[in-house]
Amino acid sequence: MPEPLKFTYDINGENFASAGEASMQIKKELRSLGFAPETIRRVSIAMYEGEINMVIHAGGGVAEVLVCPEKIEITLTDHGPGIPDIDLAMQEGYSTAPDAIRSIGFGAGMGLPNMKKYTDEMIIESEVQKGTKVFMRVDVK
Amino acid sequence: MTVNELASALKLRVVTMPEPDTVVEGGYAGDLLSWVMGNATQGCAWMTIMTNRNIVAVAQLIDMACVIITEGSDIPEDVVQLAEKQGINILATDQPTYETCVRVSSLI
Ligand SMILES: Nc1ncnc2c1ncn2[C@@H]1O[C@H](COP(=O)(O)OP(=O)(O)OP(=O)(O)O)[C@@H](O)[C@H]1O
Ligand SMILES: [Mg+2]
Repeated sequence: MPEPLKFTYDINGENFASAGEASMQIKKELRSLGFAPETIRRVSIAMYEGEINMVIHAGGGVAEVLVCPEKIEITLTDHGPGIPDIDLAMQEGYSTAPDAIRSIGFGAGMGLPNMKKYTDEMIIESEVQKGTKVFMRVDVK
Repeated sequence: MTVNELASALKLRVVTMPEPDTVVEGGYAGDLLSWVMGNATQGCAWMTIMTNRNIVAVAQLIDMACVIITEGSDIPEDVVQLAEKQGINILATDQPTYETCVRVSSLI
């Protein structure tokens, strides 16, 4: 893999049922590229949580994954409502998920903490009523 | 023990079993998906009452051995098809989660 590989996915905010498909796809790509299971696990968990957040909280968005031999970078961009208080959103257990979403198993308020836990770097930029951009980097060890 | 052996030993209903020879290496119980995502381990049997499509993504991303749907929850047909496509084993039982965990634990 001499050149970095770039994968781009449109995450549909309407079709809640398909949420997670981009992450499942990336997992397969990384596996066929021969990355270690632990690296794949970290990337897939982080990307899944971000993908789901875009669907639940932001009406969808775009996921871009840059795969290099030494690192994998995930950038999630949406034009949803934005996150007014990022420190608060990062706290374990904090969630604004509505009841309908909770009833199918989301809303533990663990998504962002998981993303932080499983990546080497995570940067959130968000502007209320404009949208949110989440950058994550996983180093290949 | 393989998923297939676990299913017959515990008389679990086989909803779909595309990978019957996967070895069960542990167990995890929970219904909050991102909690499960952050804490369940590879190769586990996952006991949950959740039956929507997102359980397939969680099981696939964690490399779980199987999902065991407890408490007799109904599993929609599209979820079964997605699991088949993604190679995810789904078993089911009418028993509650706790009893199922105890029985799984006695075998693995
Ligand atoms: N892309 C986003 N756009 C707008 N708000 C977001 C976005 N991502 C997260 N949030 C806000 O941050 C909160 C915490 O997110 P987090 O992923 O930790 O928990 P959750 O999605 O509510 O529940 P869980 O991930 O456990 O199912 C959300 O409830 C929501 O208010
Ligand atoms: Mg979340």
